[in-house]
Amino acid sequence: MGPSTLGAALLIARKDLAIEFRTRTAFFSAAVFALLAIVIFFFAWDPTAVAGMDLAPGVLWVIFTFAGLLGLNRSFSVELADRAIDGLLGAPVRREAIYLGKALANVVFVGAVEAISIPAVALFYNTPFGGRWLAIAGVALLATIGLVAVGTLFSAMAVNTRLSELLLPMLSLPFFVPIVMPAAQATARLLSGRPVVEAANWLKILLAFDLVFVAACMMAFPFTVEE
Amino acid sequence: MTTQFTSDVRAPAVASPQRTRSGISWWFIVAVIAVAATYIRAIYFTPLEAIQGPAQKIYYVHPTSAWVAFLAFGIVALASIGYLWLKDLKLDRVAESAAEVGVVFTSVTLVTGSLWGKPIWGTWWTWDARLTLTLFLWFIYVGYLVLRGAIEDREMRARYSAVLGILGALLIPFIHLSVYLFRTLHPMPIIGKPSRPSLPNEMLETFALAFVSFTILFIALFRARYRLAIERDALDAQERG
Amino acid sequence: MTGAVERVSVASAGEPEVEARGLTRTFGGRRAVDGVDLSLAAGDCLALFGPNGAGKTTLLRMLAGLLKPSAGTARIGGVTLPGGEEVRAVVGLISHASMLYGALTARENVEFAARLHGVGDARRTALRMLERMRVLDRADTPVRSLSRGLQQRVSIARAMVHSPRVVLLDEPFSGLDAAGAAALTNALVELRTHGATLVLVTHNLGEGLEMASHAAVMQAGRFVRFEPCDELDTAAYAATYRELVTRGP
Repeated sequence: MGPSTLGAALLIARKDLAIEFRTRTAFFSAAVFALLAIVIFFFAWDPTAVAGMDLAPGVLWVIFTFAGLLGLNRSFSVELADRAIDGLLGAPVRREAIYLGKALANVVFVGAVEAISIPAVALFYNTPFGGRWLAIAGVALLATIGLVAVGTLFSAMAVNTRLSELLLPMLSLPFFVPIVMPAAQATARLLSGRPVVEAANWLKILLAFDLVFVAACMMAFPFTVEE
Repeated sequence: MTTQFTSDVRAPAVASPQRTRSGISWWFIVAVIAVAATYIRAIYFTPLEAIQGPAQKIYYVHPTSAWVAFLAFGIVALASIGYLWLKDLKLDRVAESAAEVGVVFTSVTLVTGSLWGKPIWGTWWTWDARLTLTLFLWFIYVGYLVLRGAIEDREMRARYSAVLGILGALLIPFIHLSVYLFRTLHPMPIIGKPSRPSLPNEMLETFALAFVSFTILFIALFRARYRLAIERDALDAQERG
Repeated sequence: MTGAVERVSVASAGEPEVEARGLTRTFGGRRAVDGVDLSLAAGDCLALFGPNGAGKTTLLRMLAGLLKPSAGTARIGGVTLPGGEEVRAVVGLISHASMLYGALTARENVEFAARLHGVGDARRTALRMLERMRVLDRADTPVRSLSRGLQQRVSIARAMVHSPRVVLLDEPFSGLDAAGAAALTNALVELRTHGATLVLVTHNLGEGLEMASHAAVMQAGRFVRFEPCDELDTAAYAATYRELVTRGP
């Protein structure tokens, strides 16, 4: 019979990343969008009113959600062309494996966009990250898991509808609020040099969100592909 | 295998439309009377609140609408779980009807909250915990209805809406928690709010009447919308079949 | 098939490889498949004819394990529908759409399918399949650069890479040139000699009847004819079929 659920998920994730690497358009679009948005926010900012360090976390997290949405959009649209999804659904693997594989690929994708955005913000907003890179990366990872968990499920649904590009942000953004708020607050604490423990308190709600929604979305996914 | 030559091919089966009653529903009549009675009582027979004055009267509409808005969403969530479990389209029609009526009451909650807030708090909007939660409920409702509108296939529409309904219900406690945590960061100006338990009896009675009449109104509107859902599905089935 | 993994069917000897009783599928009140009965032994090939909208694709998707039946029963390779992964392991589906990823090469597509089906030595098996379908020379070309006919050959290689015991084909000959059609026919004949069962949906009566052991006509969700081919007169059958189809449901 087929590979294990995790094995299948890794296969699917690798396949998605191979396609993305081959075409690269989606990643470049998302990365360039992120950089442009960072720059636009800069020009919309009054530096005498707000310090760079205060602006940076908010800007960072707003950009992650929107750039992330660009990437999530492509996640299932690649399966719809030529009904490649039927190839996945016809394989002897559990539907949850498809969800996991797609989500893993999305985490890498969104993570890559974040990896470009964070140094860009540090550079443009004169916000030295000090020794806090690792901690901020940790916050980013937790938040990305939440964003991707919900976004992957909704992109599976949206791609089958008429208004797919409008629907994905419309459905996802309310769910992003309980992620973005603690993530931005934790990032702000870390940037301003507060003790790491303070930031860690915000992470509790992030962790709870991740646990609940990764489970819920994985359980809901088969309903979006069954017929 | 014998060679069969079937010349009579059966017409495709179509679900027979349920009988729908025409005529004014009793629920509507009672609802209209109840709501009218509430308003008359609220305006003429309930004392003016000392500090807030006439503006406080709108407060009879606000939490009652909020109650119905969240009740409706509870119905959406339960019907969604039911649909995914039993695959009965009746449950999807229940969710659809509750959502459409619910979004109206949610909008009323937001607007009345705003209208009440202006004379009382001096601003059209505050990030009050309950109001913010209601705002997010509104977003979830709108997303739910837009999603439904974007899917032609009846079964897919039901399935996808059910998934969103359940996830939306899971989101509500997280929003509530987020808003609470956020507000502990940013202490809002303390505004004197009427503490409901210490209201005089007449106000409490008016409130109770308001809650009951709005619930009846919800039921009346829900039933009308549900009938419409049945008729629409039957019409679609006939067109397609 | 040389070196290919032999898949053992769960069906015991004598039990039909593909069997359906009253198989039905409704979509919101409309019966797309309305009580289909069928029985095929291992090695049989059913040619399924019928006008568009008759329910042939829906029937195939149910047999492939992609659609759950609304009513009735079916067993594929000894597994009762809906059998989930077990059914999907023994079935191969070829449809109009190529089910390929345009950005990946032919080899990558087929190899991915092989791995997903748990085929040992996926790379070699994939290449062997591509060779059998006469597209080995284009193995490293991204699929989207290939013509429709070549894409279809890759798609067929993809569907058969796990040596399915039951192969469901939805108008596979459309878009294929003579060489492609010959390659497909050879591959199917070879599959049958190794005991695979085929269900072939086609509009081409001649091609279908040539290959098939059984023939069926589907209309408005039901089988209006079902019989073994050795009792058939092709010309008479073609005339009856034309009349049936033009008259409509």
